[in-house]
Amino acid sequence: MYEIKKIRPLAPNVREYTVYAPVAARHAKAGQFIILRVDERGERVPFTVCDYDRDAGTITLLIQQVGYTTDLIGKMKEGDAFHDFVGPLGRATDLSEYKNIVLVGGGIGTAVIYPQAKQLASEGKAADVIVGARNKELIMYEDEFRAAARELYLTTDDGSYVRKGFVTDVLKELLPVKKYDCVFAVGPMPMMRAVCNVTKEYGVHTVVSMNSIMVDGTGMCGGCRVRVGGKIKYACVDGPEFDGHEIDWDESLSRLRAYKEHEDACRLRR
Amino acid sequence: MAIEKKPRNQMPCREPKQRARTFEEVALGYDLETARAEASRCLGCKNPLCMQGCPVGVRIPEFLHAVAEGNIPLAGRIINSTNSLPAVCGRVCPQENQCEKMCVRAKIDAPVAIGNVERFVGDSMLESKPSENPVKSKERAKRVAVVGSGPASLTCAASLSALGAKVCIFEAFHKAGGVLVYGIPEFRLPKKLVESEIAKLAASGVEINLNTVIGKSVTVEELTENYDAVFIGSGAGLPLFLGIEGEGLNGIVSANEYLTRVNLMKAYEKDSATPVRRGNNVCIFGAGNVAMDAARTALRLGAQNVTVVYRRGKEEMPARKEEIRHAEEEGVKFELLSAPVGFVGDGSGSVQKVVCERMKLTEPDAGGRRTPVRIEGSEFEIDCDLAVIALGTSPNPLIKNSFPALEVGARGTITVDENMQTNIDKVYAGGDAVTGAATVILAMGAGRKAAAAIAKRLGLKE
Repeated sequence: MYEIKKIRPLAPNVREYTVYAPVAARHAKAGQFIILRVDERGERVPFTVCDYDRDAGTITLLIQQVGYTTDLIGKMKEGDAFHDFVGPLGRATDLSEYKNIVLVGGGIGTAVIYPQAKQLASEGKAADVIVGARNKELIMYEDEFRAAARELYLTTDDGSYVRKGFVTDVLKELLPVKKYDCVFAVGPMPMMRAVCNVTKEYGVHTVVSMNSIMVDGTGMCGGCRVRVGGKIKYACVDGPEFDGHEIDWDESLSRLRAYKEHEDACRLRR
Repeated sequence: MAIEKKPRNQMPCREPKQRARTFEEVALGYDLETARAEASRCLGCKNPLCMQGCPVGVRIPEFLHAVAEGNIPLAGRIINSTNSLPAVCGRVCPQENQCEKMCVRAKIDAPVAIGNVERFVGDSMLESKPSENPVKSKERAKRVAVVGSGPASLTCAASLSALGAKVCIFEAFHKAGGVLVYGIPEFRLPKKLVESEIAKLAASGVEINLNTVIGKSVTVEELTENYDAVFIGSGAGLPLFLGIEGEGLNGIVSANEYLTRVNLMKAYEKDSATPVRRGNNVCIFGAGNVAMDAARTALRLGAQNVTVVYRRGKEEMPARKEEIRHAEEEGVKFELLSAPVGFVGDGSGSVQKVVCERMKLTEPDAGGRRTPVRIEGSEFEIDCDLAVIALGTSPNPLIKNSFPALEVGARGTITVDENMQTNIDKVYAGGDAVTGAATVILAMGAGRKAAAAIAKRLGLKE
């Protein structure tokens, strides 16, 4: 059993969970993910590692209630425990060859770019950060980003905070002047796709993190397959990060809906 | 003197119509009387050819003799001395190509049903308590790490534990058993049996660490530092796909994914949180045992039509004859000499049809193999709202990627010497990780061989 040590509410239906999982914490790195099961009848669900503490043996996850299992997690309290927790899985983020980076986070994707921002700052090459959310309440880690980013740009879809617009609007303004050599974008697939469409025009290398459907997370089931540059890649062992300009977005977006009917049925059942 | 003919005792099975809609085991097993009668058909050959056919060298005539005498515990001990999983092997071994193929009795009437008797003995042993006292943990001075918990690893672990080693298994999934729990369906191998086998192993002192991915959670280097020997039995890996148009549509899954959702995650149970697609018109691509498992699973999940599409003919199908027969009896259809060329979607991202074309086989080449070639203009469509790709796997790159010093062959399988040792000192490997996808019993044979080499290295004696 893997105990929840701490829960921090960050936004409506979004909480940060610090979980005692010493085996997974030992080698965890930014960009990797874990798979957990809530109980012994639970499904296996992947979540990105948001932070880790090797000494304390903990891994921090940012979880938004969007479906059956995340709703169950939303009801858990500090001291409750996950039945299973395995990781770290996937490859760690590697932005070492880039010097002038902008990190773009949409919604829950900020969980993935935050550790990157921290790490880049610690390496003395702090990145610019663009964070977008539907509204002010859903902007997360603002203080943390302020401490780690070279420049922080916030935007909200409804204009309830800082400025009205999407991350792509900010990006379009920055790309011509900032001369970035890499864009690292994480968020819902439609947002990552929109970012890639913008950066392609400017020819800036763009890395995205694919949140595919998975079962085992170790390269066995092929459920997470993504078409990258016309070839089948497995998000769990080859990714989760890929060159966003090479991804077949139509196919990936469609594949996310593979089990939507079942998900809806599960919600009705409760 | 002529030997009197005695027909082989058939394995009782559930009726096809009834069983095709339930996950309960198809083959019902012998009772004691039938097991004794079948065992007594053994001729007790002085030079038992059957044993040569067994990858783990079970002392077949000896255990059959004990069963014929009614001494099941003795039969159990005889089998257990070389095979720790008789209840499993009795069910899933391709005996017709191994022990039973060599059985001399075949020349008189029919080979002894060795597998069926083995299953009877294995099941009886699971019901009885283990008799011998396990070695106390402090007496276990040598430590061995075993990666994975499928048939190769379980066999290796059981052998070494019996010889007094402290064995620690590391399993990536939340449940131990490897392909025995995620791959082979309940109706062919009840999971309760696998659980009992693993519980026995744990009771004998083997430590089982779940949710631990070697190469990720713990590195191979860490294992070599902390253990006297390491056995890698991580199994086969990445599923192969067809590489044809439309394969990214929803409703097209690998057999690994389909079977794992159903077997390991119990998606067939009404209250399971894990989803599985229940197609009405299901097509299976491939014709091995995994394909038969997927086809029969689809029936049990309520499909109206299940069609196995295979580019060669019936004779060339790699599945066991018994599996093909069971599938046919249950209503699985076969489109043989047919190959898929593309999938057609329903306009909302899901598969609706598969386009296939007819094939014909060339004359046998020098190696006797007949190659399928396409027949021009023979395209036809099959309604398909679920496609399961069962073409096999390529080795999992996970361990190799995290441990580049480990030598692998051209196809990515781990390279081992005649003692199952890899190019890394004290690291051994066996099973599908070494051979590519093969059978449970070959993996067990490899696990046993590696255990013998490790025992010799560590000075463990019986």
